[in-house]
Amino acid sequence: MTMNLDFTDADRAFRQEVRDFLAEALPSDLRRKMVERRHLGKDDIVRWQRILNARGWAVPAWPVEWGGQPWTPTQRYIFQEEMALAHAPEGSPFNVNMIGPVIARFGTDEQKRRFLPRIANIDDWWCQGFSEPGAGSDLAALKTSAVRDGDDYVLNGQKIWTTQAQHADWMFALVRTDNSGRKQQGITFLLLEMRTPGITIRPIPSIDGIADLNEVFFDDVRVPVANRIGDEGRGWDYAKQLLGHERSGIARIGLSKERLSQLRHLEADLHERGILSDAERQRLRRRLAEVEVELRALELTQLRVVAADSHGGGANSAASILKVRGTELQQRMTELTLELAGPAGLPMPDHHHHDDRGADGWLEASAPFYFTMRKVSIFGGSNEIQKNIIAKTVLGL
Amino acid sequence: MDFDLNDEQRLLSESVNRFIADRYDFHAREAAMKQPEGFSREIWAQMAEMGLLGLPFAEADGGFGCGPVETMLVMEALGKGLVLEPYLATVVLAGGILRRVANEAQRAERVPAIITGDHVMALAHQEWPGPRHTTNRLMTRGVPVDGGWRLSGAKVAVIAGHAADELVVSAATPDGVGLFFVDPRADGIVRTTRAGYDGVRLADIAFADVHLKASALLGTAGGGGAVLDAVFEEANAALAAEAVGIMQDVLGMTADYLRTRTQFGVAIGSFQALQHRAVDMLMQVELSRSMAMLAAMSLDRPTGERRLHIAAVKAKIGQAGRFVGQQAVQLHGAIGLTNEYKIGHGFKRLTAIDALFGDSDHHLDMLAEAGGVPAIA
Repeated sequence: MTMNLDFTDADRAFRQEVRDFLAEALPSDLRRKMVERRHLGKDDIVRWQRILNARGWAVPAWPVEWGGQPWTPTQRYIFQEEMALAHAPEGSPFNVNMIGPVIARFGTDEQKRRFLPRIANIDDWWCQGFSEPGAGSDLAALKTSAVRDGDDYVLNGQKIWTTQAQHADWMFALVRTDNSGRKQQGITFLLLEMRTPGITIRPIPSIDGIADLNEVFFDDVRVPVANRIGDEGRGWDYAKQLLGHERSGIARIGLSKERLSQLRHLEADLHERGILSDAERQRLRRRLAEVEVELRALELTQLRVVAADSHGGGANSAASILKVRGTELQQRMTELTLELAGPAGLPMPDHHHHDDRGADGWLEASAPFYFTMRKVSIFGGSNEIQKNIIAKTVLGL
Repeated sequence: MDFDLNDEQRLLSESVNRFIADRYDFHAREAAMKQPEGFSREIWAQMAEMGLLGLPFAEADGGFGCGPVETMLVMEALGKGLVLEPYLATVVLAGGILRRVANEAQRAERVPAIITGDHVMALAHQEWPGPRHTTNRLMTRGVPVDGGWRLSGAKVAVIAGHAADELVVSAATPDGVGLFFVDPRADGIVRTTRAGYDGVRLADIAFADVHLKASALLGTAGGGGAVLDAVFEEANAALAAEAVGIMQDVLGMTADYLRTRTQFGVAIGSFQALQHRAVDMLMQVELSRSMAMLAAMSLDRPTGERRLHIAAVKAKIGQAGRFVGQQAVQLHGAIGLTNEYKIGHGFKRLTAIDALFGDSDHHLDMLAEAGGVPAIA
């Protein structure tokens, strides 16, 4: 054997199987919404997640006994890529990528039985209660307090930037149970039901015209001790191990490929309709070439990490760049689409009343999508925090 | 999909890297540069002894029959040492032409001597004034005459042209681009040695009615353009690997410097502005490494696919090399500006690599024209 770019026959057959399933199973109205970058409602995401779950593919990275698939890292990569290329929604990241794996790894048997099947099917919609007004990049500075009182913790404090808390049945939260030691100690990981008395949600309108972000206030909220993950005071460790757990899809190569292919399609279509002049088209093609070169370099880097993981992997300095460069590229694509729309991209979409604009459906989503995608370099550890980590762990600075 | 080296490749990589670490530090390089030819014949002989000069040649010709991955490994290691010896000129460029179009007799006359380090060759193609990145539209003429050819014209910046025992010269013939073996000591040839800013010695070469035998032609008159295109793709893959070696070395030196240089009473690597710059460099190095691998893995692909993959690689390497080189100088401060320290030389070689065989802009134009890079599946 020598170095080569070819997927194995088994991987190719797997890709075809995924592709065939998606072509058959993805509802056309959902696909259309995705193509036009329209906002997906809770119902859309739940509907798709249940279709995937019925096929056994809703939570492929979980342990097999809880509905995971015995896929190789390469297959997980292919699955994610094909999902993106087929314009399939990603499902709820909080359910699938975050709380599910945490409970599967650190939860009690009782918690696993109770929560995991409902998480996989989105019978419960989960949100993440990590950030606070004074704890963003410095997450460990969080102050929401949980005081033990009999078989309950009593919570007081506030979370913020809680995505889709308005839909949520449950929240997984980091709370402070001890102030005496280092700030990373004394943090506890709790699961709380959003209907519990004392919880107030205030929506925060965001720059894309959607109100998916929220503040969540806790006023003497009682959470049973049975809903604690692992040990009291070790919540930081559990949360940390959750990040960087799944490396086969961090760079979102499939999404960026799909967006680039849409841009290529638009470039040709708008030129043909006389909207783009020859010179504008040439300039755009040149920019797309630049983006594609960057995307190809990142794709190869992602594949190197996937291949390393397939062999038992381990630390790899290539992995550390996937999130930073992946988000930068995703944002670049949205900029280019926005520029293509020009002044015709100014009108905001009406989420209550959708006009079918046929081939120009992408127009009114171009600006909101551009605005909202600024988030990807901020959440999950901002790109600056990622660089701090790389400087320390890889370069020894 | 496999990015791992096999055992032989790992061994090769280790031994070349050890050779560079042991025998080719910055002072050894300085000494080589001061030799009359601008490189060390002793090092060249050692590279021959290690078998490096024979790697890509067919076993039937006395070589090892190795492929692009082995060349990548050697070039990456040579990059770390900023090696001046004419590996690219002799083994990759002239060697690539020999492997592609030379007939058995032509190969038998040259390949064994190349492998032992006794025959340095150079490719004389670049012209000025003239188009910068094409393989056709040459002003040098090869005119058929009785029993041979008459060669007239001028070439510039011929890598290792000053030291070459033999040249391959591209020229326009009535049938298209032809490639010719030329003895640089023949009547009518004037060689002017030039010093490249990257430390690599070059020659400007003028040909005034130089008479060549019929047997000097490589392949067919008219077939040379396609051969050059393919050989330049191999050269760009090799340069990508060399650039990765340089960038890796430059990044390592920069990180060391940030850890040890103190100002304001602390290591300057404790400043976040500098940390993030170093991380930006690291990211470019890793992306470039991925692209150098893509180049090596693309060379045996069908022509169209290979061409666009290599274009993407060279476009990326040029930009990344420029960024990493500039930032390495910036983070070293004044020390980055002195010729007495390795960083500046790495920066200059990375600059030269972008300029050779089509820069970033040239390759981006090529991709824009083609409308995309073929998918990996």
